[in-house]
Amino acid sequence: MAKRSVVPFGPQHPVLPEPIHLDLVLEDETVVEAIPSIGFVHRGLEKLVEKKDFKQYVYIAERICGICSCGHGMGYCESIEHMMGIEVPRRAQYLRTIWQEMSRMHSHLLWLGLLADAMGFESLFMEAWRLREKILDMFDLTTGGRIIFSVNCVGGCLKDMDSAMLKAISDTMETLYEDMRPMAKTFLNDFTVQSRLKGLGVMDRQTALMTGAVGPMLRASGEPYDARLLGYAAYNDLDVQPVTETDGDSYARCKVRIKELFQTANLIREAISKIPEGDIAVPVKGNPDGEYFMRIEQPRGEAIYYTKGNGTKNLDRFRLRTPTTSNIPPMVEMLKGCQLADVPILILTIDPCISCTER
Amino acid sequence: MKKNVSKSPWLLHYDASSCNGCDIEVLDCLTPRYDLERFGIINTGDPFQADILLITGGVNSQTGPVVKQLYSQMPDPKVVVAVGICACTGGVFKECYNIKGGIDTVIPVDVYVPGCAARPESIIDGVLKALKILDEKTEAMNGK
Repeated sequence: MAKRSVVPFGPQHPVLPEPIHLDLVLEDETVVEAIPSIGFVHRGLEKLVEKKDFKQYVYIAERICGICSCGHGMGYCESIEHMMGIEVPRRAQYLRTIWQEMSRMHSHLLWLGLLADAMGFESLFMEAWRLREKILDMFDLTTGGRIIFSVNCVGGCLKDMDSAMLKAISDTMETLYEDMRPMAKTFLNDFTVQSRLKGLGVMDRQTALMTGAVGPMLRASGEPYDARLLGYAAYNDLDVQPVTETDGDSYARCKVRIKELFQTANLIREAISKIPEGDIAVPVKGNPDGEYFMRIEQPRGEAIYYTKGNGTKNLDRFRLRTPTTSNIPPMVEMLKGCQLADVPILILTIDPCISCTER
Repeated sequence: MKKNVSKSPWLLHYDASSCNGCDIEVLDCLTPRYDLERFGIINTGDPFQADILLITGGVNSQTGPVVKQLYSQMPDPKVVVAVGICACTGGVFKECYNIKGGIDTVIPVDVYVPGCAARPESIIDGVLKALKILDEKTEAMNGK
């Protein structure tokens, strides 16, 4: 009989910048059970809708998470707009789409860097983050912010992009497409990376569906589900194809995100070529009344925004189900039976975003 | 020998209840464009060997004790840098029921770096200011 022991993991841990705590029950080196405990970043943002005006709350929604900032603002605004029956100008929808897809690229590059760092592959980490700077430069150019740029408002966008900016983004995407190839090649073909990722944390399609995985986790197990197919914002005009893999291991999850990087670079260029002229926002009159569920695809997977208005300027309820919340049960399932040394990589492959999860 | 601490300080980063924005900017400082490591700074995960404590986000009921513990585990002399407006005062989350306020509600802070999210340039500036304070503290400890 192997000796059982419990090893605490986190909340302050070198592999993740964010605090998450896990109690790992070990039998020798093998994990038999993982018990997550969250709540270190809980601020109580959902409750804040009762104190803030529904238009002011956009800024809070964008600060739920610094990585998926644009998406949260967009999800919240779309939900309010649908509830109030506001017709958002087509140009604003395209602008939102471009910023959101750029956020997806910066998030995936960030994740690839962290994954390389968790494997101890320092130069690959630096390369991924060097490429990411080019996207942040484009955010800086178009909005003035690098990470959190507050461009969404109820009824449209706060900032417009002129043709020079659109061309700069399009050119950056073109060069980035070529620049990312050597990095992608290393991730997919390097022996070290393969030996750390292949066959690790295998999750078949059935388990992924049963445990409620979303986003790249689900697509790496072979389920072609992508919330962008619902056609919100400008996605109904664009050619969105879910990227899927069938192996369901950590390598497949890495591959899905790398393929999405290239697909997203193309999507952004497609959106720029199709963007119509026109207004970027419509005036909003009155207060929201009713309720609405909005689903959007964040870089980490599907996020659900629920808003309930009562005819006053404060909402009754705002609820957000983030992709990481639904990816934690599959992660706990995956951790069972793995080696202690693989735990950091397995936690990383779900691309955890704790501040979204705990709000 | 102790005087040379500021030539090669070790940095400990803790996310108290930040939104990630400042955290990724702190990490960004260590990557090729900004390269904070050129000042001899190493990002460590071990409080027992750290000289600079870099904290992002305001303090909530769960992270307050953790921040206190990390601070007490660090050897003297030590400096604390609060990165981002949430770490300075609580920021947009100040009215949340689970936010007590800035980092200075639990431990003494030496340098405040405002911004949402704080830009890498200002974080580097803040850390360099902290190094000067670290020098002063070292001298005071040596009894000059």
